[in-house]
Amino acid sequence: MSEELCYSTISELSGRLARGDLSAVELMQAVIARTRKVDGRVGAFNSFDEEDALGQARASDERRAKARASGADGRGRPLEGIPVGIKDVVAVAGQPLTASSRMLENYVSPYDATVARKLKEAGAICWGRLNLDEFAMGSSTENSAFRTTSNPWDLERVPGGSSGGSAAAVAAGEAVAALGSDTGGSIRQPAALCNVVGLKPTYGRVSRYGLIAFASSLDQIGPFARSVEDAASVLGAIAGHDPRDSTSVRMDVPDYAGGMAALAKSGRRWRLGIAKEYFGEGLDPEVGAAVQAAVDEYRGLGCEIREVSLPHTRYAIGAYYIIATAECSSNLARYDGVRYGRRSKDATDALDIYFKSRAEGFGPEVKRRIILGTYVLSSGYYDAYYLRAQKVRTLIRRDFLDAFAQVDAILTPTSPTPAFRKGEKAADPLAMYLSDIYTIGVNLAGLPGMSIPCGFTRGGLPIGLQAIGQPFRETELLAIAGAYEKRTDWRTRRPRL
Amino acid sequence: MPRPDDLRLDHVANLARLALTDEEKARFAAQLGDVLAYVQQLNEVDISGIEPTAHAFPVVNVWAEDVPEPGLPVEDALRNAPQKRDNMFVVPKVVE
Repeated sequence: MSEELCYSTISELSGRLARGDLSAVELMQAVIARTRKVDGRVGAFNSFDEEDALGQARASDERRAKARASGADGRGRPLEGIPVGIKDVVAVAGQPLTASSRMLENYVSPYDATVARKLKEAGAICWGRLNLDEFAMGSSTENSAFRTTSNPWDLERVPGGSSGGSAAAVAAGEAVAALGSDTGGSIRQPAALCNVVGLKPTYGRVSRYGLIAFASSLDQIGPFARSVEDAASVLGAIAGHDPRDSTSVRMDVPDYAGGMAALAKSGRRWRLGIAKEYFGEGLDPEVGAAVQAAVDEYRGLGCEIREVSLPHTRYAIGAYYIIATAECSSNLARYDGVRYGRRSKDATDALDIYFKSRAEGFGPEVKRRIILGTYVLSSGYYDAYYLRAQKVRTLIRRDFLDAFAQVDAILTPTSPTPAFRKGEKAADPLAMYLSDIYTIGVNLAGLPGMSIPCGFTRGGLPIGLQAIGQPFRETELLAIAGAYEKRTDWRTRRPRL
Repeated sequence: MPRPDDLRLDHVANLARLALTDEEKARFAAQLGDVLAYVQQLNEVDISGIEPTAHAFPVVNVWAEDVPEPGLPVEDALRNAPQKRDNMFVVPKVVE
C-alpha cells in the first residue's frame, strides 16, 4: 500500500488528495517510511527533516480543508500536498545547503530560492536535501564529499550526475518528483540512467535566484518526475520571470500540462529530426537500438522523421569544458572563508584564509575545474581558449537553429551508455566528461531538452531518449515526449529494492 | 592555441588562491594535460567572422526602480559567519 503511494504520479495523487481519500500527512508518512526503508542502500539524500516535512504536510491539509469550506475544488493546484525532493544546491530557508561540499558542510540557507518559494506557494512540500556531485560538477555523483549514491536499478552502479540524488530518489519512490539543475546534462543524464523523466527548461525560463552558481550562462533548474505530465506540472509551478534573476525572461508562463493535452488531442503530426552526429562512435549498441526503436514508434504515430545535420557537435565538449570551467572559476571565487563557508583553522593571515580554506573545502574535481578555468581566462590564454570557445558556441547554436527550420524537435540518445560501474571513470576526468557528449550542446545553445524512459538493456539497465526542443517551446516538447510515453510502459517499471 | 604543457600549475593555483599539495599538482598536471590536448580540436574550426556567444539569448541591461526594500536582517546574514563580533565578520588583521 505505502509503496503504491510512493510510486504514484502527481496527477494520480492530486486526484486522491482532492477527493479526500488521502491526506498530505498520510502521503508524507508513506514517503518517509519508504525513504527510511531504502535510503540506506540508495543514498539519495544528504539529509532530511521528517518533522519539518510533516509540518508542511499538515499545513497543506489545513489549506485544503479551508479551501473546501469556502467551496474551492482544488483544481489548478496539482502540487498541493506533493513531496518534491530538492537537490542540495537549491536554497530552502532554514534547511542545510551543502552543494555536497565540505566548503558548505554546516551552511544553513537564510532565504528561499525563487523556485522553492514558488513550490511552497503551489502547496508542494520541500522534501529533504538530495545528493549531487560537489557543486554540480560531475556525471556520476561520485564527487560528493559526503556519500556515494547508488543507482536503484543496480546498486553497484552510479545513478549518473550531477543530480544523481534527485534521479535516484524519484526512481526509488523516495520522492514523488524532485528538482535538479542542469549545466551540461545534470538533469537529463541521471534521469536516463534511472528510468525517470527529466526536463531542462530553456535558459531563462526558470529563475536561478537561490541556486548555487556553477556556470551562470548554462545553469538551469528543472524537474525530475515519474511522467511527462508530472514534469509539466512542476515546470508550470517554478517557471516565470523573477526580478532577482536578470537572465530570467519576461514571458508569460503557459499552462504546460493543459497545453500538452490540447496538442495531443489535436493530432498534430510532428516533424522530428535525427542527427547522424548523435549516433556515431562511442554509442552503446543497445542504447542505439532502443533509441532507434523509439524513432520507429514515432514514425508509427504518423510523425515525419527527417535527417538533420549538427556538424559542430564534436566540438561541444571542448567548448563546454572551457566555458563552464571559466565561469566556475569566477563563481567559486566567492568561497573565501570570510563571510560563510569553511574557514581554515590553520590560517595565519587574510590571504592565508583564502588559500587554506579553499584547499580544505574543495574536493579534487572542483579544484581541477577551478584551475582549468583560471588558466583559460588568464592573461595570454584568454583569446586562444575562452574567446575561441565562445565563437564555437555560436556555431553550435546556429546548427540547432538551422535544424529547427525543418523540424519541431530533435531526437537523440540521452547518454551514450547505460549506468556505468562505480569507480569505473573516477580516475579519468576526460572519460567522465565524454559521458555528457549528447547533452552538452543543448546547454551551449540554451535550448530545452528532456530525457524520457525508452527501454532497458538485456542486463536490466534503463535507457533514455532525449528530445530537444525550440527555445521557449516547452509545451510542444512535452507533447512530443508525451506522445511516445503514452505508447509504452517503460516509466511504470520499478527497480527491485 | 597554446600547447597543453603551457599550464604552469604554481602560477595558476596562485591566481586561483588555492593551495595545492605536490601530489595534487602532479596529478592535476597529467589530467588537465589530457583535457587540454582534447580541446586542441577546437583549432580545426574556422571561426573567422564569427561573433562570440556569452549567453544563448542576448542579455540586456535591466533597470530597476531605485526603491528601498527590506534586505536580509543582519542576524540572518551573519548566521553562517565563521567568526563574528558586534554585527561584523571577523578576519585576521589586514593592515599593519
